[in-house]
Amino acid sequence: MSESVELKAKLGLDVFKPGREAHIKIRPGMEKDHRLKPMVRICPAGCYSENEKTEVMLTIDGCLECGTCRIACGMDVLDWNYPEGGTGVQFRFG
Amino acid sequence: MEKFDVIITGAGLAGLAAAYTLSGKGVEVLVLERGDYPGAKNVTGGRLYVNPVRDLFPELWNGAPLERFITHEGATLMARERSVTVDYSGSELRAEPHQSYSILRAKFDRWLAEQAEARGAMLLTKVRVDDVIKEKGGIAGVLAGGDELRADVVIACDGVLSLIPEKAGLRSSGLPHDYALGIKEVIALDSGIINDRFNLEGNEGAARLFMGEVTQGRFGGGFLYTNRESISLGIVIGIQDLLEDGAAMDVPALLESFKQRSEIAPLIRGGATVEYAAHVIPEGGFRTLSHLYGNGVLVAGDAAGLALNIGFTVRGMEYALASGYFAAQTVLNAREIGNFSAETLSLYKRLLEESFVLKDFKNFRETPAVVGNPRFINHYPEMIGNLMREIYAVPAGPKNRLYPTIRKHLTLSEMWSEFKDLREVMKI
Repeated sequence: MSESVELKAKLGLDVFKPGREAHIKIRPGMEKDHRLKPMVRICPAGCYSENEKTEVMLTIDGCLECGTCRIACGMDVLDWNYPEGGTGVQFRFG
Repeated sequence: MEKFDVIITGAGLAGLAAAYTLSGKGVEVLVLERGDYPGAKNVTGGRLYVNPVRDLFPELWNGAPLERFITHEGATLMARERSVTVDYSGSELRAEPHQSYSILRAKFDRWLAEQAEARGAMLLTKVRVDDVIKEKGGIAGVLAGGDELRADVVIACDGVLSLIPEKAGLRSSGLPHDYALGIKEVIALDSGIINDRFNLEGNEGAARLFMGEVTQGRFGGGFLYTNRESISLGIVIGIQDLLEDGAAMDVPALLESFKQRSEIAPLIRGGATVEYAAHVIPEGGFRTLSHLYGNGVLVAGDAAGLALNIGFTVRGMEYALASGYFAAQTVLNAREIGNFSAETLSLYKRLLEESFVLKDFKNFRETPAVVGNPRFINHYPEMIGNLMREIYAVPAGPKNRLYPTIRKHLTLSEMWSEFKDLREVMKI
């Protein structure tokens, strides 16, 4: 299995409840910010990726709400919030 | 507009300990939790050390859904091609009351919330707290789901990111240097197989820490805890280290490599991963604690930065439970006086200072710098592994004398470096 397939399978074990909108957003114009780049390999849920224009993109599916990107990138780069109540990951073991 | 005596943001160990203590004294407490149930958003490695908090909640422990009591402690230096393990067990670890237990938070926190509710605490789940209500230089309540909820005092227990204390002006956003990322899998395994693989009897448990190649020489390490019918296996790694130039690690891949190590793979063989979790951990110690109180507000648990890594023991949950308890005691005192100003609530800091909580943080204030010494991660595991290889090797021909062989690895400059490292360790 490739790494990303393996990670997707692992995330598939977790319980997620979808929310109405993404709780973390890259602030407009910050897609190429150097603080975002490392998230592509750091995010434990693989939510960040880089496109051919070297812009970092964020897909919120599978977000484990760990908080690493908030601390690593800061609030200038990210509009960061927890998901609305009753949505997002629901750990059954923790 | 609703008014409560006390609002607690977050049903983790700090918040629930405060709710349990306050509701036991007849105080009207509202706990707000954003997950579907208490524990739904909470993650530990993990292990709870009970001794420091046993007497704060005397009736609590008998029925507590803890996993296994830890009787086997392991510490492994992991080099690229080999590893060296210290294994410690003893009658003191098997004797009651047991010092520490493995724990799964979704189960434990849910149960603790039920205990608090049975005493009259009110719990609202699926509610995210969006902001605090600031009035007359203090905190008068919170905004949640469009509602204004008011209280004499808000106890902020919203976890490591500490958004509520940040909004209340008690701290600024965290910096990468002061936090680590923990990732973990819970791997289901039959309890009998766990007992056989880890030399355990009945409900005994094993805890193991790993340092070195696990994090490819960066700050952090691996951990393994046996639960009743599963193994918690994971990695902790400093966020600053992840960001540094030249760091090429892909975090999910690090955990996969760890699982494939020959030291780990046989232990989890046949097990099925049932959950994958990640969470940030405070690592800054005393230096990075939040302001603990303000007008109408107290901060407890991870939200206050109350987690402490001293190498062999990595602790946070006892500090959460105890700080929740002392926050509750502070509120009880403030209610008697009828004043919730910062001056009255400063009692909280004094209670923490007089207890094990801030005594530990002061005693170990130098440890974040000491355990952050990269040589512990990227040098000693390889060096000690190499020494072991020389000591145990039996070649086809005659074996070299041991002392000159060892001296080959322990050069004068190496010994001087070790002396300097030791001098730092002596600060712990």
